Amino acid sequence: MTEQPETVFRVRGVSKRFALPRQAPWLPRRFVAAVEGVSFEVLRGESLGIVGESGSGKTTLLKLLLGLEKPDAGELRYLGRSLRREVQVVFQDPVSALDPRLSVADIILEPLRVMGLREPRESRLHELLQAVGLPRAASGRYPHEFSGGQRQRIAIARALAPRPRVLLADEPVSALDVSVRAQVLNLLLDLRRDFDLTLLLVSHDLGVVRHLCQRLLVMQSGRVVEAGETPRVFAAPTQPYTQVLLAAIPTLSQRRTA
Amino acid sequence: MGVSAATEAVVRVSDLSVRVGTVEAVHSVGFELAAGRRTGLIGESGSGKTLTALAVMGLLPDGLSARGRAVYREQDLLALSEGELCRLRGDRLGMIFQEPLSALNPVQKIGEQVAEPLRLHRGLGARESLARARELLERVQIPGAVEKLAQYPHQLSGGQRQRAMIAMAISCSPELLIADEPTTALDVTVQAEVLRLLDRLVDEEGATLLLITHDLPVVAGLCDRVLVMYGGHLIEEGAVGEVFDSPRHPYTLALLESIPSLDQELPGGRFQAIPGAVPGLGQFPSGCPFRNRCPRATEICATMPVLEGEGHRAACWHPVS
Repeated sequence: MTEQPETVFRVRGVSKRFALPRQAPWLPRRFVAAVEGVSFEVLRGESLGIVGESGSGKTTLLKLLLGLEKPDAGELRYLGRSLRREVQVVFQDPVSALDPRLSVADIILEPLRVMGLREPRESRLHELLQAVGLPRAASGRYPHEFSGGQRQRIAIARALAPRPRVLLADEPVSALDVSVRAQVLNLLLDLRRDFDLTLLLVSHDLGVVRHLCQRLLVMQSGRVVEAGETPRVFAAPTQPYTQVLLAAIPTLSQRRTA
Repeated sequence: MGVSAATEAVVRVSDLSVRVGTVEAVHSVGFELAAGRRTGLIGESGSGKTLTALAVMGLLPDGLSARGRAVYREQDLLALSEGELCRLRGDRLGMIFQEPLSALNPVQKIGEQVAEPLRLHRGLGARESLARARELLERVQIPGAVEKLAQYPHQLSGGQRQRAMIAMAISCSPELLIADEPTTALDVTVQAEVLRLLDRLVDEEGATLLLITHDLPVVAGLCDRVLVMYGGHLIEEGAVGEVFDSPRHPYTLALLESIPSLDQELPGGRFQAIPGAVPGLGQFPSGCPFRNRCPRATEICATMPVLEGEGHRAACWHPVS
């Protein structure tokens, strides 16, 4: 093992299909392939972006990685000790992801309670609040008292509570106001560095992936159509779909009026 | 290019305020929509951009009230009765909403919905209006227009539903088309197609467009003028080129800088963040609503500055340029 980067996830030829509702009882059941023959590896400490449009299979892939869905074919392995503790997730919508009846302290410490991890709760809570840039006084308050960006910070603090090694983030800033997105993105940059996290970012926002991920997978109709180092894919996409996707992003410099 | 003083305004909004219960959410906004122009209205949640548009269309929900003027062809839209507004909406004034699934009637066939304005405003019969609806669906490039006429909204994809809503909005060739986040719910490639379509139709119809969005690059690609709102105030306005290339309000500048470049590395390896959060309704500071997040704010900002300038106007005591 000389300078060989450690593999965290190994995904080999993974497929997952879902049954469509029968059109009529006498017609055969039809299936839709959400993920088809997908192979890749996630390396320790890297940040990997998974981009694609709705229906491309990126959310199904995330669920497969989390063990929330089982693949129909192929092999999907987490190579650490405990998937449940070491892999944590942050969802898109911080409003529905946080239980409105729990205080911030209860929300953030819930993973420790559920997993039965013995840690001094009080000091861990303060560490986590500090890590995500929330004041100590936040702990006794409730989710509705916070703005969208702060709620996403609470969700991130909860994900960090069991000291994960891998953080999966599903569209973590899409539901946030434009002017606060950058704060949360910078927080993810900092956490990755400070906690040596492996980051998997699922997003349709290529501008975010461009700067947060070293490597990216482009998905279309359940398949990975392009994979590579982010700067290379942006500068010289080899697949037609990636080219279309990149060309479709509106930019400030493309003006209607000269 | 510059807007010549002679350009006729289709709608002239002045001193428009909207109250949500007892809280004022839009403060004395004034602007003109010049004929044939495309104006982008930019703002985040709580900026008052949607309320402004709904007030102009007379579509404010119960509990909200508007005051001020919005003059369309010598009639003040805010003073019209519901009946008079109904005659204008769907005919001279068209509106496209963000979420076509909730804006379309789920239990009515697409054909009937697209044909409805033609029956109401043009007095067309069932067969004639349906034939027109088919042409409209073809015009917005929905594949298989004939079959789609007899289908329900849930049978269409998101992009097709948005196209159907555009077909409905343009069915009577409206003079003013207001599109509220028309592509926010769509995928980026579908968004590009719908924006191209909207661009072409506005040209062909000679319509005046008000495009409401939080997405600055979309405005850059589609509009020639831009209005920027924050905290219920109109804080900057001008030609797209002037506002985007030399913004004068610190908020506009910060928004522009917060958009990460696709071909350059981030300056200092960090996303350009705006400190703080967008306050909730009624919680913006008095005076300039941005002053608690603004690096240039001083004591004088406790008083709201007026929109100043010729053509390119900004409401700021310490403008950037």
